Amino acid sequence: MLKAKYKTGLVFFPAFDWAIDPTHPEREERLLYTQDQVFEEGLFDVDGILEFKPDLVNLKDVQRVHFCIPDVWSVTTESHLISAGGAKTIGMAVLDKKVERGFALVRPPGHHAMRVVHGARGFCNINIEAIMIEFLRRVYPVNRVAVVDTDCHHGDGTQDIYWHDPDTLFISLHQDGRTLYPGTGFTREQGGPNAFGTTVNIPLPPYTGDEGFLRVIENIVLPILEDFKPDLIVNSAGQDNHFSDPLTNMNFSAQGYGKLTEMLKPDIAVLEGGYSIEGALPYMNVGIILAMAGIDYSKVREPDYTPERTRQKPGITAYIDELCPQVLDNWRKKESLGRDLCRGKEFIERRRTIFYDTDNIMEEQHETIRVCTRCGGALRIDTRSSARGRVLAVNIPRKACDSCKETGYRWYEEGARDTFGSVLLQDRPRDTYLAKKKTGAD
Amino acid sequence: MIIGLDVGGTHTDVVLLGSPGLLNAVKVHTDAANLFDTVLKGLDAVMKGIDPSEIERIVLSTTLTTNAVIQSKVPEVGLIVSGGPGIDPEFFRIGSHYYPVSGSIDHRGREVDPIQADEILRISKKMRQEGILNVGVVSKFSVRNPAHELEIFSLMKGSFDSVFLGHRVSGGLSFPRRIATTYLNAAVYPLHRDFFSAVEKSLRQKGLNVPIRILKADGGNMSFGASIDFPMQTILSGPAASIMGAIAFAPRDSETLVLDVGGTTTDMAVLINGAPLVNPVGINVGPYQTLVRSLETHSIGMGGDSEVRVENGEIRIGPERKGPAMAYDGPVPTPTDALFVLGKNTGGDREKSARGFEPIAGALGMSVEGAAKKVFDLASGTILLAAGEMIRRINAKPVYTVHEMLEGHQVRPGTVLVLGGPAVQFAECFREISDFEVSVVPRWAVANAIGAGLARTTSEVVLFADTERGMAVSPGENYRENISRNFSKKDAVELACSLLREKALKRGANPDYLEMEVVEDLEFNMVRNFSTTGKNIRVKVQVKPGLIRGHQTMLANLAATEQGGVHHVKG
Ligand SMILES: [Zn+2]
Ligand SMILES: [Zn+2]
Repeated sequence: MLKAKYKTGLVFFPAFDWAIDPTHPEREERLLYTQDQVFEEGLFDVDGILEFKPDLVNLKDVQRVHFCIPDVWSVTTESHLISAGGAKTIGMAVLDKKVERGFALVRPPGHHAMRVVHGARGFCNINIEAIMIEFLRRVYPVNRVAVVDTDCHHGDGTQDIYWHDPDTLFISLHQDGRTLYPGTGFTREQGGPNAFGTTVNIPLPPYTGDEGFLRVIENIVLPILEDFKPDLIVNSAGQDNHFSDPLTNMNFSAQGYGKLTEMLKPDIAVLEGGYSIEGALPYMNVGIILAMAGIDYSKVREPDYTPERTRQKPGITAYIDELCPQVLDNWRKKESLGRDLCRGKEFIERRRTIFYDTDNIMEEQHETIRVCTRCGGALRIDTRSSARGRVLAVNIPRKACDSCKETGYRWYEEGARDTFGSVLLQDRPRDTYLAKKKTGAD
Repeated sequence: MIIGLDVGGTHTDVVLLGSPGLLNAVKVHTDAANLFDTVLKGLDAVMKGIDPSEIERIVLSTTLTTNAVIQSKVPEVGLIVSGGPGIDPEFFRIGSHYYPVSGSIDHRGREVDPIQADEILRISKKMRQEGILNVGVVSKFSVRNPAHELEIFSLMKGSFDSVFLGHRVSGGLSFPRRIATTYLNAAVYPLHRDFFSAVEKSLRQKGLNVPIRILKADGGNMSFGASIDFPMQTILSGPAASIMGAIAFAPRDSETLVLDVGGTTTDMAVLINGAPLVNPVGINVGPYQTLVRSLETHSIGMGGDSEVRVENGEIRIGPERKGPAMAYDGPVPTPTDALFVLGKNTGGDREKSARGFEPIAGALGMSVEGAAKKVFDLASGTILLAAGEMIRRINAKPVYTVHEMLEGHQVRPGTVLVLGGPAVQFAECFREISDFEVSVVPRWAVANAIGAGLARTTSEVVLFADTERGMAVSPGENYRENISRNFSKKDAVELACSLLREKALKRGANPDYLEMEVVEDLEFNMVRNFSTTGKNIRVKVQVKPGLIRGHQTMLANLAATEQGGVHHVKG
């Protein structure tokens, strides 16, 4: 009988009754053929593969990560809470040692959802990996976490949430932002001043094949992970790098994905994008599950696979060979570069415009971080959008020092309610979320 | 009149039912080495003095195929499996005549790679030379498109006694289970055919001409004629017999836990409004995971004859049975002995029970009566805990829609029905230690045979429609039809129900009382390049397990009459 080498947990939640809209790529049908393949292969019967029923995440789980404007209920549906709950359930199963590894095969996805949420962008409303990770950090002895985002799109939401967190390594492999949504994820994006270097972007040229992806894993991702020494490795396992994906232009295969998983050895994988729902997802998901469980996946192959389809041009190989040392060099110099950035400054600001393509909302952000060598730094976000008005959001990070706590509370107290529709505070050391709201009488 | 017969591990129970209720009930010793004699002896005994022409229905539940599979007393079977990409089919190998072959069909039923005829012919010839008589043919996704299985079949036609095709055994997805189920069908086929032909023949000689029916693991029955193609469906029907026996006495409007306390094990199941829960995947038989539909049952190694001992100051009960209770000259103390010690049992030797409990009482540092009470409470508590765990597992089953996730029904039984040998005493203890409303199934000693006799004919149909490809298939029913682009879920359900009706009647169902229900009806818009190109529809319908209709007086009388009147036939 087939037996898993690594006891592997699965949450499968295809949300067969939920779509962004009927013909949207993020629709009911998306995981239908994956379900067929997973059932037909008999994966849930394998000794050592366990299926878990997801829990819904609660308000607190979401507010630990996000500032939802005007509130959580307005920017989420039940399916988002179940999808994040699926990730949370798998995370708990791994940390409770019910399984060695886990894969949340859930939808809708989450990696484009940033810290402040005015609506949906890139099919995402709330960041399911971040909600899982921050829950796990709250309940279990987990501190250092690495998120390796292998979705074809830059994981700009996860990057934003962990931009200032020195304890979270975020590595994203994706199709070059000059050629694909969301248009970010360049090597120079390396994190905020207090966490400089713990964001690592690896933009890959269109038509990168199995060889290129695996070379990047081998030559960049694994050495950096080795160096960072995370307590937990999370893979945002988007599957839109596939050669048949309709939204992207890469040449990755199911075999390649199996191999990537085998090399990366994630503790937890969470499904993100992937829209070649018939020709790729069924096979990639089977490949990933088998690779996670340590079962032979060498015969998993897409019907329209040919070696030519995953072959990459020599120019791409050369480009990647040049990219690898450059990214590693950035990684090695991160401390000194970070110090240079902070030198002589008490606060560092940035201003951004964020577009919510799915909901067609434009957000203006003015962000201020307190420069701090002892913690991630108090963070102040002045945000406004056409749809939701102006809000002040203050984050006191998980391991905040006293000065940053003080600064955070001062910002919160000072936030005048005649300027902001609401003033919000995430106090992570206390695990509380405070809100001052404008009332009619004021 | 109706005859129900249930072969158990130690006894075979047979009942004769008529409108006054239970007309006769007998128990005969089960001779596992000669089930044919056992069955006939039981039937003869129960029909003594009855005109055979008055028997209108006869249903048998036997351990024939179960024993053969578990004891590996089945002939060698040839298996041809066509997997295509995915897990290597070598992992699912059964036996030495197992041949993975080329050919591949995808999840929508489209051919990816063809079958190679010369490969099949070569294997077929080899198996013939090796004396293989029964063969199974299984391809991945054959329930979406059986073409490859049919093609292999036509290449081998006439060369073997029987060829079982994977798409006929079940509409469910799972290539490994399909392989195991097809294998088992082929493996038990000769035994099943010969046994029931012999039973039918000897009943004819006695003037009994109604077709015999055989109980299935899902608590329904099928005629012997129909079972020839699906002998595996009759496997492990024993637990289902008892549960069906309890149904006659279960409340129609609540959730009920059924506990069948036997000598070695306790079997448990849940009834919702009088209908048993069906396991959605398939039953496990020995080492095999199958696609055979069954009731959702759970069994633990705790019964009246379980071995009681003290280890490190803790009482341990079961899971082994070393023999009968010491009160009946058995080797070790048991919960049944505890009942004798407590004066709650009669008919055996209380002194022997008490002697058996002395060392236990000594080890626990309490009186013999105290130890007996503690043992019996622990046995009862263990059963209820296991039942709670089963209910938790049922409620923890994953669901795949937001609606089910939020509105999903949670099973919470408030009543318990107990049957089996020590039913009365266990029921009393359950009542003491829990909040359940506990009652004993009337006729608890032969409720299994009553259940077999009154179970209705069940069947299930799975239909798959793909309007983009313009086809509807129900491979289990040999059905394939071209459909228009407007074919809807409603059409699919109607079609599935008409196929179900046809199937159920063929299996011997009563056309006037076909209780069909839709188990699953899913419809997906298929969208390619941002426009809808078709619909993907999946429908599953069933005749749900339950009791035959039209015997209300009999049921009322069964519930009313007193316990007792079971003849033990010796020899
Ligand atoms: Zn993506
Ligand atoms: Zn600080």
